[in-house]
Formats: sequence, C-alpha cells, structure tokens
Amino acid sequence: MESIIDIKNLFKTYDSGFKALDDINLQIKRGEIFALLGPNGAGKTTLISIICGIVNPSQGTVFADGHDVIKDYRAARAKIGLVPQELTTDAFESVWATVSFSRGLFGKAPDNAYLEKLLKQLSLWDKRNAKMRELSGGMKRRVMIAKALSHEPEILFLDEPTAGVDVELRRDMWDMVRELRQRGVTILLTTHYIEEAEEMADRIGVINSGQIILVEEKTVLMQKLGKKHLQIQLQQPITELPDSLHSFDLQQSKDGYSLTYSFDVKQEDNGIAALLEELASANLQVKDLHSSESSLEEIFVNLVKN
Amino acid sequence: MNWYGMKAIYYFEMARTWRTLMQSIASPVLSTSLYFVVFGSAIGSRMGDIDGISYGAFIIPGLVMLSLLSQSISNASFGIFFPKFSGTIYEVLSAPVSPFEIVVGYVGAAATKSIVLGLITLATARIFVDYSIVHPMWMLAFLVLTSVTFSLFGFMIGIWADDFQKLQIIPLMIITPLTFLGGAFYSINMLPEPWQSLTLFNPVVYLISGFRWSFYGVADVGIGVSLGMTGLFLALCMAGTYWIFKTGYRIKA
Repeated sequence: MESIIDIKNLFKTYDSGFKALDDINLQIKRGEIFALLGPNGAGKTTLISIICGIVNPSQGTVFADGHDVIKDYRAARAKIGLVPQELTTDAFESVWATVSFSRGLFGKAPDNAYLEKLLKQLSLWDKRNAKMRELSGGMKRRVMIAKALSHEPEILFLDEPTAGVDVELRRDMWDMVRELRQRGVTILLTTHYIEEAEEMADRIGVINSGQIILVEEKTVLMQKLGKKHLQIQLQQPITELPDSLHSFDLQQSKDGYSLTYSFDVKQEDNGIAALLEELASANLQVKDLHSSESSLEEIFVNLVKN
Repeated sequence: MNWYGMKAIYYFEMARTWRTLMQSIASPVLSTSLYFVVFGSAIGSRMGDIDGISYGAFIIPGLVMLSLLSQSISNASFGIFFPKFSGTIYEVLSAPVSPFEIVVGYVGAAATKSIVLGLITLATARIFVDYSIVHPMWMLAFLVLTSVTFSLFGFMIGIWADDFQKLQIIPLMIITPLTFLGGAFYSINMLPEPWQSLTLFNPVVYLISGFRWSFYGVADVGIGVSLGMTGLFLALCMAGTYWIFKTGYRIKA
C-alpha cells in the first residue's frame, strides 16, 4: 500500500534546547488507521504539529500525499484535517458559523448541504445555532471533529481525541473513525488510551523521548511481543512453591489457591505440558485452568521501560 | 490565492464587530462626540479661530484621527491576540493560507471597522459643529491609509503581546499621548520653541496635519511631507509584519 504521509530524518529542537524529535522516519499508509502511542512529552503532538504547519521543523522533510509540507504547504495542508488535543474554540460563535469558517479557511467554497450532513452525522444538527460556550465538553469535541472534517480532508489527525470524554461518546467516536476509514480517509491517532489503539488501529507506532522505537501491525505486534498467562486454580492452598516448580515463571497468589504461569507465545514449546506434569508429581491437584493474552498496554509499558 | 480563506478570516472578524456593536462602534462614537460637545460646542464658542477656522471645526480632523488610531490598533491587536490567547490560532496556522492572506483578512477587517467608525464619527460631528471638506478624495485617502497603517501596527502589537496588559500599554501609554500632543487640539505653530521643533519628531503630527489639510486646505506641515511620513510608517509596519511571518516570531515554535 502506498504511503500518504512520508516523514524522513525529522528533528525538532525548541529554542529552550529541548529536543522533542530525534531523527523520525515514518510512513503512514493510505487508508489506514495509525495509532501513535507514547508517554507525556514523547513528541506526539510536536510531530503532528510539524506535519500540519503549526511548528517549524529543525531538520528533515515531511510529505503529505506527495506534497512537501513546507515548500508546497497549500496543497499539503488542504489534504489534512486536525482535531487538536485542547478544546480550543471561539466561545461566542455558533456551531454553524465556526464550522463554516473552517471550511472557508481551507479554501473550500460554501456547501451548506455537506455541512448539514456532517453536523447530522455528528449529532450536532440540533445544536447548529447554539453558541460554543453553551455546549458540553463532549459536544465541543464533536464540533472540533466537524471543523476538521469541514473541508473534506483525506488525512485526519486526531490528537488525543477521547481525552476527558465519557464512555458513550468514546464509543461513538470510535464508530465514526471506522466509518471515515471506510470512506478512504487516512487516520493518524495519538492516544494515551491503549484500549483505543487496540480497538481501532491497523498499525501502531510507539514514540518515546522523540524517537520512534517501534512500528508494527497491531496483530503482529501483539503476537510478537505479547505474553500469555495461564492461571492455575488449585484444589488445596499451598504455602510454599515446591522446589521442582522453581524453574517455571510462576507467581503464587496470596491465598495460595492459584498460580500464574507466564509464557512467550513465540516459543514453540511453551512449557505447559511439563508444568502440568510437575504439578502432578508434586501432588498438587488442579481445579481449573484459564489462559489470557497480554494487553497492548502491557506491551507498551514494557517497550517504554526498556 | 486562497480567496475563500481570506474571506473567511475577514467575515469572521467583521462578525465579531456586529456581535459587539456597542463596544466596537457605539462606544467610541459616543466618547468622540463628547469631545465635540465639550470642546466644539461649549468651550469652542469662546475660543478664537485658528488659521481662520472656528475652533470647533479645527479640532474635528484631530479627534477623528485620535479615534481612528486607537480603534485601528485595538481592533487589529485584539483580532490576532485573542486566537493566540484562546488557542484557536492553530486552525489559521494549519490552513492553506499564506501570511499575506492572513494579514489581509485580519488587518482588512480591522481597517474596515476603523473607516466605518471614522465616517460615523464625522457624520456625528456634523450634528454639533459646522465644517467643510475641501478635498474629500484626499480625506478618504488619508482615512484609508491611516486605518491600514495603524491596523498593521496593531496586528504587530497583538502578535507581540502575551498578556492583556501588553495589549493595552502601547495604545494607552504611547499612541494617546502622541495624538494629544500631535496637534489634535491646537496648531503646532502656536507652540513656542523648542517644543515646536520637538513636536516634529512626533509621527502623529503628520497624520493630523495632512488630514486637516484635506478638510480646510491648511496644514502645519506640507502635504507632501505628511503623505511621505504616512507612507514611511506604512512601509515600516509592512516590513515588521513580513519579518514576523518570516521568523515565526511568537506565532510558531
């Protein structure tokens, strides 16, 4: 699949001397949902801001749909819609006025039918004449999305889109993002919520201290780096782990009724058969078995820690 | 050229004026009218003519200029400062609009408001004082030129300011005194030396003098000099604005 965003050797050092980005190389494929994960201050927002033209890069190149974001900024920016992290809106403007403003700003002729459809899709039509200050946080977030989509962009950047929104709205947004992808919009999503990336992304990038430390298909990533856990419920509690079981990666619960065995999914021999044999030899009777996979959050924490 | 983008900024700014009509138009017109009432009708009737012009009529160009300068600066500075303050500037910076288009949108709207305000003020003055305009086209030219120049100046102040105090400090502490001391209420020929010579360092003198010339055909300094100084100040403001966008000063990290 061809890339729609192409970032090469991108560096950013702020005047304060803080190095926000350190040799970023990244390609976002056309039509995918790409989740960029990283702790606070990792460089996620700086990266998006450079692509959108809000921050100047110190070095390197960024192309959006083949257009250099500096030299050919008009063509590049016309392709991009941005939903910023902060709910920054003009409090005294109506929903309709602010969304119309965004469309005009991006060089598009007025199209009331399109804006009506957009506001209806985002459940904002009834609020079109309401002033921004009269809206709830969730509604304002929807307006930010409407503004970003008002000029029919091919690339949508969502910077922490569900920060501070309730569960219902979060689910609505996920549905909307999937729908946009179906229409061919490429989505770059930065988030703290691993659940969000796990739910939606096709590919995941992890950024830490201004460097991309990993880019991978979500499913491959979970297979490659994921661990499985086998929880073993015992008939009788144990006070101490028998010596014969010390070679296994086992954790004993406080009440002594369960053991958790962690194993790597990549390994051919996961050691479960041997473990069950050793348990039988040690006269420990198994009541129940339950296996689970590590979440993306655990993978992310491990990556950033290392 | 992104005409829709430029138009969007211009109309957005103009919409703010209509939303705040009392503050944007009514309030400055009222305060300038009070000068006409006090200095024009009340005190003016007891003052002697200056250069053959009644005192009430003499001060009109200066008072209109005072209103024009302060409103051009405050409209343009607030117009760009507020998006910076609220964070909505991100949208303008990420849009396919050039610095020139951004400036035309913001400064054009600020200058339009000032010109409308200047014309309303002039019309209001007619209620209290009888005056004539000898060179109406030149009067309009000065009105437009001054509004654009000082709106550009205000735009730069709005970019520079990072709090509300800084936004007010230059109009209140520099522009207003310069206007009062720039011949708004008197002819600089009435000043003794060295004040008469020192006053020539005040750029507002040239604006008021040129504007007054368009009304009555008399001026403190030659009309060519007035035009030249206004043009010079416009060129300086344009250069400053160009530098701001070239370097990203206080708008882009």
